[in-house]
Amino acid sequence: MKILVCVKQVPDSWAEKKLSPGKVLDRESADAVLNDLDEYAVEEALRIVEANGGVEAGHTITLLSMGPERAQDALRKGLSMGADAAIHISDSALAASDALSTSRVLAEAIKREQPDLILTGTESTDARMSVIPSMLSERLEMPHLSFAGEVRVDVGAGKVATKRMTDEGVESMESSLPAIVTVIEKINEPRYPSFKGIMAAKKKPITQIGIADLGISANDVGSGGAWSEVNDFALAPARGAGIKVVDEGSAGNALVEFLVEKRVI
Amino acid sequence: MGEILVFIDHVDGVVAKTASELLTLARSIGEAHAVIAGTATELNSATDVLNKFGAQKITLLESAEINSHPSSAIASAFADLAKTKGAKAIILPSTARGKEIAGRMAVRLESGIITDAVALTPELVSTQSVFGGSTIVHARVSKGIPIITIRPNAIEAVEAPGSASIEKISVTASITAKIISREPAIRGARPELSEANIIVSGGRGTDGNFAPIEELADALGAAVGASRAATDAGWYPHSHQVGQTGKTVSPALYIACGISGAIQHRAGMQTSKTIVVVNKDPEAPIFDIADFGVVGDLFAVTPQATAGIKARKG
Repeated sequence: MKILVCVKQVPDSWAEKKLSPGKVLDRESADAVLNDLDEYAVEEALRIVEANGGVEAGHTITLLSMGPERAQDALRKGLSMGADAAIHISDSALAASDALSTSRVLAEAIKREQPDLILTGTESTDARMSVIPSMLSERLEMPHLSFAGEVRVDVGAGKVATKRMTDEGVESMESSLPAIVTVIEKINEPRYPSFKGIMAAKKKPITQIGIADLGISANDVGSGGAWSEVNDFALAPARGAGIKVVDEGSAGNALVEFLVEKRVI
Repeated sequence: MGEILVFIDHVDGVVAKTASELLTLARSIGEAHAVIAGTATELNSATDVLNKFGAQKITLLESAEINSHPSSAIASAFADLAKTKGAKAIILPSTARGKEIAGRMAVRLESGIITDAVALTPELVSTQSVFGGSTIVHARVSKGIPIITIRPNAIEAVEAPGSASIEKISVTASITAKIISREPAIRGARPELSEANIIVSGGRGTDGNFAPIEELADALGAAVGASRAATDAGWYPHSHQVGQTGKTVSPALYIACGISGAIQHRAGMQTSKTIVVVNKDPEAPIFDIADFGVVGDLFAVTPQATAGIKARKG
């Protein structure tokens, strides 16, 4: 079985983010890391392989990422966790691509790989649109099992079963392979790369491809190919300084008075 | 004016609160056309609310099976309808389900998409509050039928009673990934987090004891939230996590107890209208965004506030 995991390099979710004058995310303003939510997808892929006989049984995990040169660092992190290989789609024409062109580029790369199972996180912590997996499902005409809090793969039968966890409840879902599965945060506890894993990752292959390899024209991607545009942006006005009191036994009552003044109660 | 197609989310005919908000918005930019997927019985239970909030037309994408698949069957039928009607725009709630359907429709209709808008003008210029509310972006779709998802609680629902014409379109759902069984969430008396007007949240400072948080929430009729530190520690379920990873909320009142206010958390609640903070550490960054901050022990301050609220409410 061939598992493909889509990952993205994002600014650290514990850091402040801002837009550049070019109206796109200023990626230099914060440390770039592997998207937190993708780590759960990489970990789940490793667990699926381990539960089904491991690498010896012929199962492989390939990471796929689109991004600038330094996105290779995020791929190395996934490789050091235990993935076998990575594909890095990098092309200067891709800068400022919207979700539609990103999903198109990823879909073309996935078609070349023909995986049995595609795993993704629920969203990237930078754009937070959460639409790429559904777009891939449409483009690849492949079933999408979203918000999986539990994944079971039956390799022999070519099936995947998940528990879909949302605010409405828990749904048991089932589909034939190939399929796309989006895993939720906390489906597992992503492992820390071991020293051995980090060393091994240095020797694992990262295949670099450009949009020409995928038969996509530069006009269809990047800011020129985007189907939505930013008119303008501004920093939100800072919140005015509020009231701050030190509790000397009656701050709870003062809090209630404040809520009354605000007509909340 | 042009038709604004509004996706109406519902569970067994009980429509989500977002429906009234989206219909209110749709009326301000065009003709409000409610689109609901399910059975005729479900439509019957939903019609009153849709009329109350001024739907001018209602279309039922009729299928007994359509909701056995979370999004692909609905997206396909909805996209066909949008094409037939020559819609001016399509708006959906910015929820897990709304975004899944929106993403699929964008591909099907070759149309641009904007997610998490908090406002939309008649010229279809959207306002987004990004990076945890630190930046305001105005954007528009430049190709196809604009598809825009609207954040829950961003629009104040206003009633406009009327009587919509109803059309039913029979849909054959081609099911790819199927839902085999469903266990509905056990709903306590508390409101759902993303829809709640008031949220009381706890973090590391609770040390795992959420009882005072829940008691204050119940006194206020509020939902309970948690920081990532609290859910990572297993003190509260992940479904209650507010933040950069987790839910983005924008209630009228947000009370953060024992939460330091790392950007990870602020990114999910910074746009709340009023923010109240209780924290032992006077240097905690959460005080920077507080309208009312108490430097003190949450185990002393919140029970006193809970008692005060109960006394006032009688």
